[in-house]
Amino acid sequence: MYRYDEFDHEFVNARVAQFRDQVSRRLSGELSEDEFKPLRLMNGVYLQLHAYMLRVAIPYGTLNSRQMRMLGHIARKYDRGYGHFTTRQNIQFNWPKLIDIPQILEDLASVEMHAIQTSGNCIRNVTTDHFAGVARDEIADPRVYAEILRQWSSLHPEFVFLPRKFKIAITGAAHDRAAIQVHDIGLQLKRNDNGETGFAVHVGGGQGRTPMIAKLVREFLPEGDLIAYTEAILRVYNLYGRRDNKYKARIKILVHETGIDELRRDIEKEFERIRDGVLHLPKADIDAINSWFARPAYRDLPQASATLEAGRNADRHFDRWVRNNVTEHVHPGHAIVTVSLKPAGAPPGDATARQMEVLADLGERFSHDELRISHEQNVILPHVAKDDLKTVYDALAAEGLAAANAGLVTDIIACPGLDYCALANARSIPVAQRISEAFEASGREQEIGELKIKISGCINACGHHHVGHIGILGVDRKGEEFYQITIGGSADEHTSIGEIVGPGFSTDEVVGAVEKIVDTYLGLRQSPQETFLQAWRRVGQQPFKEALYG
Amino acid sequence: MKIITANRLTDGVVVYLTGSGWVDGIAAAAVLNAPDAIDAGLAAAARAIANREVVDVNAIDVTLDDNRRPVPIRLRERIRAYGPTVGYGEAGLPRLVA
Repeated sequence: MYRYDEFDHEFVNARVAQFRDQVSRRLSGELSEDEFKPLRLMNGVYLQLHAYMLRVAIPYGTLNSRQMRMLGHIARKYDRGYGHFTTRQNIQFNWPKLIDIPQILEDLASVEMHAIQTSGNCIRNVTTDHFAGVARDEIADPRVYAEILRQWSSLHPEFVFLPRKFKIAITGAAHDRAAIQVHDIGLQLKRNDNGETGFAVHVGGGQGRTPMIAKLVREFLPEGDLIAYTEAILRVYNLYGRRDNKYKARIKILVHETGIDELRRDIEKEFERIRDGVLHLPKADIDAINSWFARPAYRDLPQASATLEAGRNADRHFDRWVRNNVTEHVHPGHAIVTVSLKPAGAPPGDATARQMEVLADLGERFSHDELRISHEQNVILPHVAKDDLKTVYDALAAEGLAAANAGLVTDIIACPGLDYCALANARSIPVAQRISEAFEASGREQEIGELKIKISGCINACGHHHVGHIGILGVDRKGEEFYQITIGGSADEHTSIGEIVGPGFSTDEVVGAVEKIVDTYLGLRQSPQETFLQAWRRVGQQPFKEALYG
Repeated sequence: MKIITANRLTDGVVVYLTGSGWVDGIAAAAVLNAPDAIDAGLAAAARAIANREVVDVNAIDVTLDDNRRPVPIRLRERIRAYGPTVGYGEAGLPRLVA
């Protein structure tokens, strides 16, 4: 894992001291709220419905046990004993006091974490594949390039006041686990015919009120040009992006209104101007960052584990958990564990302080001191020996963390919604809870197979509803919560935006509507192997529409 | 019929204006009917902003319950007043999955 160098320590500590002073000046009256608000937002501090909210960056979703333990400590000491992991691979604390936040930031800095650029019109936390470094289909570890982008973009003076926020995602494999095509810049690692490492570069994707799939702007960008090309994109966006209307200020609108061909010409022109300058990445620098992400010293183990097989045979639930939550690892005898934060009836993505501490312990003991946060709001233990899976599972089960549902219908993404968020129009979490309870009670999760439900409490789409196989958008209709359902969205390498199939449903109706959609799928699929999304793409919306609206 | 609400500056907690200051429970909020009373309440809130007591002031519509306590009309404000409608932390954990 990357460790801070002297520069990182210095700038993060300086920022903590700066914010401590800003809070002090706010409390003394030297700063008005209008003056203070942009300063607090630059440090991830929002004012939500009930209290302040602090969003902490987890760079590319990777953290060590000490850091996870610190998140648990903050939840316990300064908050209400829990935190919420987000679709940006960050964590949000819902109840911190403003007067405590400087100390929270100091505590975070002590474990090389911060909240810088988790808000505001700047380059946000770069997200990646949560299986980075250990996925069997990976071309290269995307975290190496995410770290390079982090270093380049942190406090970059030219890009601190962009027209709007800017999100970059990187996937290390052809199979996209990082939803890159719904990001402002989406990078897919690839190799060219000469075996050189580089990226396919996508630009202008996004969700929100105007969902758009990113356009391919460059087939192959050599890795050494990553910073120069990204800077060229940002510079063109900063120059031409709209600042007159915040709803039209994202780069996706610029791409849409200008056209990708013209924009590509502008980007390439700027790129040619700067590519051979200081922004070119020497191979030695890439290698140096790469060395921080070297795989740990794994035990030398056979691919198959007799201990694992015995455990599966003896424990039906463990067997199901292995089937759904354990992924093949690049190293023999090891596995990737997805710890679901979606037990039926739970708020998706929430973890208690105790659970965070238990996860930190498990990471330390069984996963080479490393954990990940997925954009699907789960926690990953990326380096577990197969022989240890049963022990890990038992420890998780004792803490309510052994839900065997990764990728299934109950593994729902949901934003905080109207229960917490000042922007929301409707609640998300209770809908997720009721859906997960209904499907768990039905005992059909396994039969249904892969099905991604994603719920947002407003059109800002933090819950990624546009790219849910079934997407649910909460709206306010004359003071009542209603839920608009979309079907057929996807956030992988075949990204699609879900289609609205008809009028929305009331709070009382929405769970039944989702069940009808699932029943329709089960009735028309050609085999148990045909997934929901495959079936939808084969038959289109008509059967689902008929089932829902008659 | 309105009450005036804000968030306390130091900790962000939701507070309501009474006849004698700010409290963090809606039941004691001063219910304002006449336009002059609402204007006076907002003027008091503006002074509280200037005095760094509160931020984000709003006058919100309410009805009265059977005990003549104010109840916000909008769901958003009811959630602000009574807390999230979902459990959280240790208390919000569903049964253990094992």
